[in-house]
Amino acid sequence: MPDNDRGVTPSVDTSLASTLESVDNAEETVLRVAQGVGIDEEELHKVGMAVREAMVNAVVHGNRFNENKKVRLVVSLEPDRLTVRIADQGEGFDMSSLPDPLAEENLLRQSGRGILLIRAFVDRFDVRRIEPSGTEVTLIKYLSRGG
Amino acid sequence: MSVKLSTRQVGDVTVIDAAGRITLGEGSSTFRDTIRDLTNKGHRKILLNLGEVSYIDSSGIGELVSAFTTVTNQGGSLKLLNLTKRVRDLLQITKLYTVFEVHDDEALAVRSFS
Repeated sequence: MPDNDRGVTPSVDTSLASTLESVDNAEETVLRVAQGVGIDEEELHKVGMAVREAMVNAVVHGNRFNENKKVRLVVSLEPDRLTVRIADQGEGFDMSSLPDPLAEENLLRQSGRGILLIRAFVDRFDVRRIEPSGTEVTLIKYLSRGG
Repeated sequence: MSVKLSTRQVGDVTVIDAAGRITLGEGSSTFRDTIRDLTNKGHRKILLNLGEVSYIDSSGIGELVSAFTTVTNQGGSLKLLNLTKRVRDLLQITKLYTVFEVHDDEALAVRSFS
């Protein structure tokens, strides 16, 4: 099935259980697709980590480990970019309501840094609400190899 | 591989040598349990050697912060030793480099507690 925005056939389009094992699986899957496309090892590590953080959000905060809810993982490779979409079936969240993890008063909070790391580790990060319920995040890493 | 932790005593400083991954799940809970166990036993000077840690995610960072506050709230101190570039980058991105005292030399780090 083509990717809905750009008409690209994804390399991976799969439905994952809401478990921590799926977090590992998703990271490994994306790294497998991304290997050999000109991303160096450190950048690859960062992409993997961004995927891990997005998956944790989907499994833990979105689907809340509910075994009846799935996480959809779509990975697309184009000459100039790697795109990863992760969609949960949770109740959604308001990005603007999230505390700023870099604010002095939040530095010692135990959680709340996942999205900060995703933003730091990929070139583009978008979040949208999906119907009937859920959140889809899109992570894009631009590739320097050109067309 | 999940995280592997071993502790040793250098004078009155407890050094925790960590290796592997501190990520959500087993890795972060093992780490949390070790810190809790040490503080319950009265250890107040803790040096965390992260030189062999290959991967820390945001949950692992949360555990470092939690360990720091646990030890500090009990009148002790927790310092970091031998950060890899990846961990150092993470602490800079999250601004935690300003919170933790970080050392590259174990002997100097141990001496800094006194």
